[in-house]
Amino acid sequence: MTRDLRCEEVIDKLLEYLDQELDGETDRALARHMETCRACFTRAEFERKLRARVNETGKVKAPETLRRRVRAILDHY
Amino acid sequence: MTSIGKPLRSFFEAEVERLLDRLYGTALRLTRDRTDAEDLVADTLAKAWAKLTDLRDRQAFEKWVFRILVNSFISERRKQRIRPHEVSAEAGCGDEAFSLFEKVHQPFLLWWGNPEQALLDKLLREDIESAVEELPEEFRLVVIMVELWGLSYAEAADTLDVPVGTVRSRLNRGRSLLQGALWRQAGEAGLACGNAKGGVR
Ligand SMILES: [Zn+2]
Repeated sequence: MTRDLRCEEVIDKLLEYLDQELDGETDRALARHMETCRACFTRAEFERKLRARVNETGKVKAPETLRRRVRAILDHY
Repeated sequence: MTSIGKPLRSFFEAEVERLLDRLYGTALRLTRDRTDAEDLVADTLAKAWAKLTDLRDRQAFEKWVFRILVNSFISERRKQRIRPHEVSAEAGCGDEAFSLFEKVHQPFLLWWGNPEQALLDKLLREDIESAVEELPEEFRLVVIMVELWGLSYAEAADTLDVPVGTVRSRLNRGRSLLQGALWRQAGEAGLACGNAKGGVR
């Protein structure tokens, strides 16, 4: 049985937790902490939502000129 | 001239159709220029199409093509030999981690209801776009790899040919800079710090 984490430890590892980069045990410890700590849970939710917004900026309707170029690539090689 | 069979072509077409807007959006954030972004995507897809038979696992297409895009971007940049002041950012003056969450929870700020949600609601897409584009290139690259394409730290490290620890530190710094830029924009839009002069930094 692992000991409970303190909030500072959770915040310290939060971004890696959201990136799913923590080892299984640490990951579970953070998940457990989130279930009972509203402050850390709220913070994690904020970071998640912010990421979703950042992620959206990576999707932009490709212009027709680019679509034509892609078709040309496929047809010529 | 091509020996690539029809099924391969239809696979490629379907994948490109699925990913094109994301490839273009990513290229736009990387190059910060529409023409360059189009060239980068076209160049990437030409290479991908030429090398498609090298791809063993079709499930891996997405990350494979993204890797080609990143590498094409990097080699294009090397050719241009534009290595602006950006590198110095890693040395990092004022290296403190910046957290938007902590900012909106400062006790002297007057918010109603849920401050972090209010901040997110007020940030426009273009605010976030410019915050991403403002990042120095080495930080922008890792933020884009991890946040826009969901690469693991190991995959990002492998793509850039740097240690995982470097990816981790650039990512931390990149996110910190990103949140700082968003905080400044929120301040300029009068959303944060009660518009207090010099309050936003
Ligand atoms: Zn906590």
